[in-house]
Amino acid sequence: MGNFFEGYMPESFFDEMFESPENVRGHYQRLFDRYGGMSFEDFEKKRAAADNAFLSGGVTFTVYNDQEGTERIFPFDLIPRIIPPNEWEHVERGLSQRITALNLFLHDIYHDQKIVKDGLIPEEIVRSAVHFRPELMGFDVPKDIYIHICGTDLIRNDEGHYLVLEDNARCPSGVSYLLENRQTMKRVFPNLFSRYLVRPVDTYCLELLDVLRCVVAPNGNPDPNVVLLTPGIYNSAYFEHSFLARTMGIEIVVGADLIVQDGIVFMKTTQGLKRVDVIYRRIDDDFLDPHVFRKDSVLGVPGIVDAYRRGNVSLANAIGTGVADDKVTYYFVPKMIKYYMDQDPILPNVETYLSHFDADRAFIVENLDKLVVKSANESGGYGMLMGPYATNEQREVFRKAIEANPRNYVAQPVIQLSRSPSFCADHFEGRHIDLRPYILYGEKITIIPGGLTRVALRKGSLVVNSSQGGGSKDTWVLSE
Amino acid sequence: MLSRVADALFWLSRYTERAENNARMADVNLQLMLDAQLLNSKNQQHWESIIFTLEDNELFKKDYPEMTKDSVVEFVTFDRRNPNSIYSCLALARENARTVREQISVEMWEQINRMFLLFRSGDAKRMFQGSTYDFFKWILEGSQLFQGVTDATMSHDEGWEFIGLGKYLERADRTSRILDIKYHILLPTGEQIGGNVDTIQWMAVLKSCSALEPYRKHYRGQVAPWKVVEFLVKNPTFPRSVLFCVNSVDESLHKITGVDRGEFSYRVEAERLSGKLLADLSYITIEEVFEFGLHQYLDRMQLRLIEISKAIYAEFCEWLDIDENETSQVQEQIT
Repeated sequence: MGNFFEGYMPESFFDEMFESPENVRGHYQRLFDRYGGMSFEDFEKKRAAADNAFLSGGVTFTVYNDQEGTERIFPFDLIPRIIPPNEWEHVERGLSQRITALNLFLHDIYHDQKIVKDGLIPEEIVRSAVHFRPELMGFDVPKDIYIHICGTDLIRNDEGHYLVLEDNARCPSGVSYLLENRQTMKRVFPNLFSRYLVRPVDTYCLELLDVLRCVVAPNGNPDPNVVLLTPGIYNSAYFEHSFLARTMGIEIVVGADLIVQDGIVFMKTTQGLKRVDVIYRRIDDDFLDPHVFRKDSVLGVPGIVDAYRRGNVSLANAIGTGVADDKVTYYFVPKMIKYYMDQDPILPNVETYLSHFDADRAFIVENLDKLVVKSANESGGYGMLMGPYATNEQREVFRKAIEANPRNYVAQPVIQLSRSPSFCADHFEGRHIDLRPYILYGEKITIIPGGLTRVALRKGSLVVNSSQGGGSKDTWVLSE
Repeated sequence: MLSRVADALFWLSRYTERAENNARMADVNLQLMLDAQLLNSKNQQHWESIIFTLEDNELFKKDYPEMTKDSVVEFVTFDRRNPNSIYSCLALARENARTVREQISVEMWEQINRMFLLFRSGDAKRMFQGSTYDFFKWILEGSQLFQGVTDATMSHDEGWEFIGLGKYLERADRTSRILDIKYHILLPTGEQIGGNVDTIQWMAVLKSCSALEPYRKHYRGQVAPWKVVEFLVKNPTFPRSVLFCVNSVDESLHKITGVDRGEFSYRVEAERLSGKLLADLSYITIEEVFEFGLHQYLDRMQLRLIEISKAIYAEFCEWLDIDENETSQVQEQIT
């Protein structure tokens, strides 16, 4: 019986579990003992049990371009990521600070735009942001909260420092996988949980419902009718929409279930029309209302923005939050924290160059073979150039695109993300990971302990997205 | 509840029931073919009667040059071009289930999904080629398992009543159509009404409704046409008789509207129609049915069931925009 960890090499990366090939980090020791003592057959059994739990539970994402909507499971790696309490406390403070600044920024941008007037952010950057909604200028959202649910992607560099890679302030997804991962781990490794004090995550849905009921509800309505608006069963995140609605015990609706009459939103029920007060919408602004945004949208509800402006219905997140998670706006977040809160950022950004600035652009174009280039509004690992691994032709395409539309691109040095042991066929190998914690902004800021750890299962890959061969791990924040 | 959800539950249930009835009908008739007396040139006409009963004649003719055992079974079972084939019914049932995953139980979803996936993977076809008997039995049991799981794992709330509406409206319709098969089957030359072949055919009708044994328990005697009709139309306790089904529809409608069933009360049009049909079924005599003409009587009954179905949609789904998809779904049910 060979030990799975025999011959495991952290190499030159920051490894979450091993300080060096011989030394396991303290908070991983008990895990090392448990996994190291297991036979291959035992491990395979655990793995099959986990896969089975996901399949039978229907924990799937939809693959596009299939008539009958094929669902696949999100690959799950059995080695959890473990975060010690002091480390988490630091992350938590950093994330709270960041979401506070982002909300202050949104309120400012949709009102006086002081930050622009004071010259910290060029007016042009805001005006030209694809997700900036001038239609909502001067509009007051309940309690001045725009981003109620935020998913901020964190990475650790080769020294183990946490850095912010991007903010997802529109409709961040993935939280259902986090919750299901924990369920599965508890089923498969019950004894390991008794050896560790892992902070629970299962109150997320209750807390989300609280945020929706208390903070988002218009006019302080004590018993608001809350619904979740989904683009429908063919959306890749439909499982999550359905999961959240089920767990919160609220109605899940598609656009066609809603109708606006005299500025009030109703849902169509078997007993007639019923008023809707709060909508947790998982549809982007663009598709929300064909009267105001994209005219060709069939997913949305005609007239819903009018109802929203009249204060008859609330939306989470608010309309127009996309201006805050634009990859160009990202560059300015540390400045926002200083400007609005007079604090230094606790979690720094990755060093970023804006092709909007002439000097940066010159640098980017000169160094395309060393940088990661991202377009401002793409996600899911698309619209990206990994300079060092790209061909000359690919770099040339990006060079031209950058010159043609400087506003749309940012560049960053390639960060060697931290690695965690992951199961590969019959042993463990290091694979790069990131972390997406979920932040709720209600009466107070609540962060679910941990988050979704995504892992790039392809050898050497730095791209963790599920559409690009990524998987996930359970994430444990220890309480002591 | 949401109108869209009610509609999807109704159709989920209806298509599952339809798949089951098609399987039973195909199975019984395949077995009937094995009886020596019928293995003659009249075979084709026998299969024609099934296609006529399902009112899919034109669709069939479009794709198949000949009416044979194999072509009819393929058409009724596996053909996706036929919206009422077993495969199509299961695909539509599963599609409706998928849109209301959070409203139904995990067990219901898993059962309908499993049946659909077996068709899609081709395993169903292989099973059919191995043993048609096992294959049709598997479909019957699959549908019954779904219905049992539905009763045992889903709250008996409004959504469950819509599932009941779909199931019993479909079943009433199918029972009346199966009864009608006999109208289309001609006796081979030289055979007497009330003779052997005639009796075997009436027994097949009963078997197509899982009704042979219950019938025998009830009448304890020979299989006679008017008794079979009486049993399948008017028996108050047999769960596939038209009366039983219409009574269940009426009961579910009153649960949904909250109107008391006593004293013939109703609030919505669908309740009025179901109550009226229920009264007719309760008070008509079998002599009157035959006087009117069995085929004509069954034909009218099917139209009245369609009226109830339309009235349900109009009442409870009035706000749903009828886009092209939904229109076609509604139409499928009417043809």
